[in-house]
Amino acid sequence: MSKKNLISITDFSKEEYLKIMELSSQFEENPSQSLLKGKVIATLFFEPSTRTRLSFETAINRLGGKIIGFSDSNSSSVSKGETLHDTIKMVSNYADLIIMRHPLEGSARYAAEVSDVPVINAGDGANQHPSQTLLDMYSIMKTQGRLDDINLFMVGDLKYGRTVHSLLMAMSQFKNPIFNFVAPPELAMPDEYKLYLSNKGIRYFEHLEFNDIINQADIIYMTRVQKERFIDPVEYEKVKNVYILKNEMLANTKPTVKILHPLPRINEIHTNVDSNPKAYYFTQARNGVFTRMAIISHLLNLR
Amino acid sequence: MEKQLNVSAIKDGTVIDHIPTKALFKVVQILKLDEFNNMVTFGNNLDSKAMGTKAIIKIANRYFEDEEVNKIALVAPNAKLNTIRNYEVVEKRVVQIPEQVNGIVRCFNPKCITNAENVSTKFQIINEKPIEMKCYYCEKITYENEIKIK
Ligand SMILES: [Zn+2]
Repeated sequence: MSKKNLISITDFSKEEYLKIMELSSQFEENPSQSLLKGKVIATLFFEPSTRTRLSFETAINRLGGKIIGFSDSNSSSVSKGETLHDTIKMVSNYADLIIMRHPLEGSARYAAEVSDVPVINAGDGANQHPSQTLLDMYSIMKTQGRLDDINLFMVGDLKYGRTVHSLLMAMSQFKNPIFNFVAPPELAMPDEYKLYLSNKGIRYFEHLEFNDIINQADIIYMTRVQKERFIDPVEYEKVKNVYILKNEMLANTKPTVKILHPLPRINEIHTNVDSNPKAYYFTQARNGVFTRMAIISHLLNLR
Repeated sequence: MEKQLNVSAIKDGTVIDHIPTKALFKVVQILKLDEFNNMVTFGNNLDSKAMGTKAIIKIANRYFEDEEVNKIALVAPNAKLNTIRNYEVVEKRVVQIPEQVNGIVRCFNPKCITNAENVSTKFQIINEKPIEMKCYYCEKITYENEIKIK
């Protein structure tokens, strides 16, 4: 059987998405497993990302596996000038699966080519971070009971935000999604994604600010609007308070709506939303552990 | 025939015509003609009805497979190949943009792994006119005006 990897969200089929959803739910019900007993998993973080690393390492521990690796490249052979090629060759001799994060784009796809064991991309620069997308999908599945017919609002930086692009691609595989994009013109959803939706006959709408239409939302996916993204600081000042979600804005939204955010947040979700039952971002992060357990088990053909 | 006289005729080999003038040396690079020992003659800035000016290359005693020569379509999409035997054109071919391009072109993305480590590039051609090529590694698109030969 050929080796499976998870480098981009499009590497998985719709059937695989559904399998990951099902497995995540099983692991959530029963988080203490021994499927990885006797297995060694490498977590290679060429740049630090404590949040993602802890989530993966918790998943490995919950599956009963052992971990080798490093949490930033200063403490590894990489700082001595070893190539990615050689590091991956070496580690793939030791471990049963490699989870890696690297600042260069395409590094994970390259590692998968070099490695004899499966590779999970935990972020390659600004390119892909597919386990985030699967945990977003699991959060949607869990709170809405379905992935079909979802009215999905994406808010904030839709131009550079890789999480919204991947989620758009993945959710487009399901029936009748409706996308609503809320962003300043500088950070609008790129044409290539809008073209992708049009070609598939999927409905989408663009808005410059929040308005009553959010009352139709099933999911509101918030992202950070970062100052560095603006060429003109005046433009940032103009929009910085437009894309902040406040509790009072949720008054007439659906009782079932949930607010997601890939975290960490800055100020784009007012803290007065946190205690609203519609706020879901902290539970969403917790879901990541079960989704990552599912991804690992799937790639190693353990489930 | 007047155009042919601009560069001396060859007895046997290949004539590559209708090369954009600024693409001449890229074609040389792609076909590795600089490493080739037989007679190679170039003409540049020649008059062309269709292109204004053009370049032409004549390579003695060398014939090309489609796969080999289609690579030059990236920089010379309208190039025409004439196979010459005993001073006669025995075959005319046009180049075709391949579906997949391995090596040759540099990924325009400075943060791509192929620009940091010794990794041969791989692209999928997603549009032919103008050329748009998607990097297999970083998934970014290199556009025709950004094409640089590796
Ligand atoms: Zn690239």
